[in-house]
Amino acid sequence: MKARNNILLNLDWISVFLYLVLVMLGWINIYAAVYSDEHQSILDMGQRYGKQLIWIIAGIILAIMVLTVDSKFFAAFATHIYIITILLLVSVLIFGKEVNGARAWFEFGNVALQPAELGKFATNLAIAKCISQFDFKIQKLRSYLTLGAIIALPAVLIIMQNDTGSALVFAVFILVFFREGLSGMVLFWGFAAAALFILSLLLDEFRLLVFLLSISVAAYGVLRLSIKEALIGLLAILGIFGLIWFIDTIVGMGGSPIQLLLITTVISAVLFIAFGIFYHNKQVWRILLFFVFAIGISMSVNYFYKNVLIIHQRNRIDEVLGIKTDKLGAGYNVNQSKIAIGSGGITGKGFLNGTQTKYNFVPEQSTDFIFCTVGEEWGFIGSTFVVGLFLLLLIRVITLAERQRSQFSRVYGYGVACILFFHIAINISMTIGLAPVIGIPLPFFSYGGSSLWAFTILLFIFLRLDASRTENLR
Amino acid sequence: MDVYSKRKYLIIGLFSLTALIIVIRLFTIQVMDPSYKISAENNVLRRVVNFPARGLIYDRNGKLLVFNQAAYDVLITPREMKSFDTLAFCRIVGVEKEELAKEIKTARSYSMYKPSAVIKQLSSQTYAVLQEQLFKYPGFFIQARTLRQFPSKMAAHVLGYIGEVDQKGIDNSAYYESGDYIGKSGIEKSYEAELRGVKGISYMMVDVHNMPKGSFEQGRLDTAAVIGKNLTSTLNADLQSYGEQLLAGKVGSIVAIEPETGEILVLASSPTFDPGLFIGRERSKNYAKLLNDPYKPMLNRAITSSYPPGSTFKIANALIGLEEGVLQTVRYSCQGPGSSPIKCTHNHETPLGLISAIRESCNAFFWQAFKAEINHYPSPAEGLEAFRNFLLEMGIGKKIGGDLYSETSGSIPTISYYDKYFGAGRWNSLTIRSLSIGQGELLLTPLQLSNMVSLIANRGYYISPHLVKNIQNYDGTQRVLQFDKHTVDAGRENYEMIVQGMEQVVENGTARLSAKIDSVIICGKTGTIQNPHGEAHSAFVAFGPKINPKIAIAVYIENGVWGARYAAPIASLIIEKYLKGKISPRRQHFEDEMFNSDLISTMKVEAGD
Repeated sequence: MKARNNILLNLDWISVFLYLVLVMLGWINIYAAVYSDEHQSILDMGQRYGKQLIWIIAGIILAIMVLTVDSKFFAAFATHIYIITILLLVSVLIFGKEVNGARAWFEFGNVALQPAELGKFATNLAIAKCISQFDFKIQKLRSYLTLGAIIALPAVLIIMQNDTGSALVFAVFILVFFREGLSGMVLFWGFAAAALFILSLLLDEFRLLVFLLSISVAAYGVLRLSIKEALIGLLAILGIFGLIWFIDTIVGMGGSPIQLLLITTVISAVLFIAFGIFYHNKQVWRILLFFVFAIGISMSVNYFYKNVLIIHQRNRIDEVLGIKTDKLGAGYNVNQSKIAIGSGGITGKGFLNGTQTKYNFVPEQSTDFIFCTVGEEWGFIGSTFVVGLFLLLLIRVITLAERQRSQFSRVYGYGVACILFFHIAINISMTIGLAPVIGIPLPFFSYGGSSLWAFTILLFIFLRLDASRTENLR
Repeated sequence: MDVYSKRKYLIIGLFSLTALIIVIRLFTIQVMDPSYKISAENNVLRRVVNFPARGLIYDRNGKLLVFNQAAYDVLITPREMKSFDTLAFCRIVGVEKEELAKEIKTARSYSMYKPSAVIKQLSSQTYAVLQEQLFKYPGFFIQARTLRQFPSKMAAHVLGYIGEVDQKGIDNSAYYESGDYIGKSGIEKSYEAELRGVKGISYMMVDVHNMPKGSFEQGRLDTAAVIGKNLTSTLNADLQSYGEQLLAGKVGSIVAIEPETGEILVLASSPTFDPGLFIGRERSKNYAKLLNDPYKPMLNRAITSSYPPGSTFKIANALIGLEEGVLQTVRYSCQGPGSSPIKCTHNHETPLGLISAIRESCNAFFWQAFKAEINHYPSPAEGLEAFRNFLLEMGIGKKIGGDLYSETSGSIPTISYYDKYFGAGRWNSLTIRSLSIGQGELLLTPLQLSNMVSLIANRGYYISPHLVKNIQNYDGTQRVLQFDKHTVDAGRENYEMIVQGMEQVVENGTARLSAKIDSVIICGKTGTIQNPHGEAHSAFVAFGPKINPKIAIAVYIENGVWGARYAAPIASLIIEKYLKGKISPRRQHFEDEMFNSDLISTMKVEAGD
């Protein structure tokens, strides 16, 4: 009796409240998305909103069950839960049912279960367990490899299920590691690589090379704390290019601009290395390293883009970057989704008045594109309110994580926040054309039992841990 | 506390920044950019066009010439199609599997989401069968259309046809949209605005499958369709049909006008075609076939071809001479084949006056008359200018139709033409003498020939020839169309002289054997037009009766040997039929001969004419 009381007393009711509000808003919007004048009752179990109501009630029961479990259980059995999940992910590849080209579902009668959803909190538990070991130092290579393996194992299995979107979620753990002491440089290089990826797709070779040369010269100037030296470098490169262009014109070889620039780059690099050796200038090597790294990334981007990505993945990236637009083909979903949200205006068209969603112009509108209904029927004010609620929940979870006594709970809490963040950011961004369409649900909103339960368990394990925040768990 | 706890601010900052970016983006697309609202309306609002029935066309006696019949287009929305039993479908609609596959492919490449027609103009029988089976073919639906039907196959050139509007038509008018039908030729084109009515537009809310979900704003923006107006044509259907029969097997045309009103009674061009070929599933195949026919059946020779008028032109020449005052009393001599500079092929008295000259179609007389007309002026150039202006006044060498589509103006040579050809001041009446007998550079349409006779019949005026007399208003009353009256004031007595000459032509002259009708006085003039490419053309112009004329007619038969051979019998048969209702037994053989003659099969086809 006393322990139960303790949980109720120590439970973070703010988070519970935010959770319940989000789930109910989600349900209202699913109702609006599926709504048709012909439907009989708001509790029609044949319709998605009827089913979602069952998932919600089941989810709440599940949450209560999670809260009754002893907090030590999660730390103690983290590894076991992880291993069982991995086994489930393997067996779904063998025994699972194929839906829309993804073999990701177990089917029990009418109920379908998606083990990939379990993978998120299981992996999160395993990472918390791993990091909270008393001899764990994140800066060691061994630690990188261990953490990498914990993430990669489920991610690879999920990719094999043909569910790349869900696998990408695991990348977000890098934020958790950063909080736990991962070098900022790793994050920096990660972002730099991502930026280069996009630039390589957007710019042609000539402009990309000009951009990299300019960045290198600028970086050199910053490292040397000298505008003068940067200017000299810039003039040197320009001079060499001009000379080569001049020679090319006189001789009449007809080299293309990119060929001329490549020759310029090689000559500049040789001169630069010679300069570095002569003056024992260490910054030269850093810049060279950066330059080679950048060239390598952008070359591999082209390879990756053309040979690894499947055509529809390529199309989705092209759509977001505006390289190609095909409003009737690959871009149809996003275009219709943007029309739905954009037509909402400031205050929206009102509940059940969204023509885009009610008349089914937006595909997948009760699952991945549920945010369209919010945008169309509740407008800018409603959308901002929902985004605000999500942000409040994320900040609340981070705040809770920071007050944990044990590192296990804190790491797990950060994992919860980051996983939720990734889903929310990517899902909403893809409905408004800011991110490529990768099929991941909006937490608590999207229709579907598996995802709702998975997010519920993910969050409530943390709330259970938080209720016992004074304990030291490992 | 651990050393990295400050990093929580970075992470919260990242979360907040992302949320801010999303909110800014939401603000731009929801609040700043209005285009998404328009797109959403375009998505959900369907303009449903209600096509009104096109107006009907009647002949002058109320006989129906053109009416409407329902037909059905099969449309597909490629995205909603599922695999279906192609063979069964093809069997129902009666198309080849390959053809269907091709159409579906075209539709797919046009749009996966918008409907396009794959099979056009199904009959109502086929429609009935398909309608019952349609549930088996998701993505397919049917749209009703109106087709034009022609109860009798006559007057294809006059009535014209309708077809889908082309891009130019869409660009030139705010009314038309792709897929609309528009008059392409004939009355269908000239009276498009009256016949088409006004499309009704209603706005429906539809879902993504194009299924109607209700009207928009309670239908406040909807407009009702207004049906097209019915037309009463000036044609006499029986006479038109008779004319077309007489033209069978020949290349040529007939134009008959009621002189008093300018109403066209007959406008026939041969070879002709069945106007029904332009409707139904085979229309494009038929169109191509007609287009490639060497005899050009789609050409309306009566108003779009122009020919040298030959001796029929002597009427105009005579009128000019009388107007100039140089022919009233004069008598010119003729040496028959020995005449210079133009031979006369007829054997007659000499010297002779105007009336006899018309009767005998004397070339020598009309050359001298022409010389007198030209030399009446200080210089040949001024003479020609006056000559030409008078012709234009008579409705020769310009478009005269009140409501005709594709009429050409014909041509009269100008001063600059001869200056260019011979050099300025280096020509005179002698140089251009072939004008005097309607040969050479002079080109007239059969319509102009007919109108010229109409002017003589009216003794001094003509009304712009036209094909439609009344337009029916919605209250059932008729709006009578008014056309311009053109007066050519050349003196009543002068006209009477020409009329006498023309009467003589039929009584005792070149057409006495072929054009004379019992108990009605016909006035006419033959023409035999030398043709360097083959047999001479046969032309005849006439009106009747002499007093209070009811019909003026021109008949022109290509390669018709001589004027009295084909043109005169045909013209006189039509006049007889019109004025007396039947052909006298004495003349029955002409009718048989005209019905059964065949000039086409022996005709040389000229490439590119």
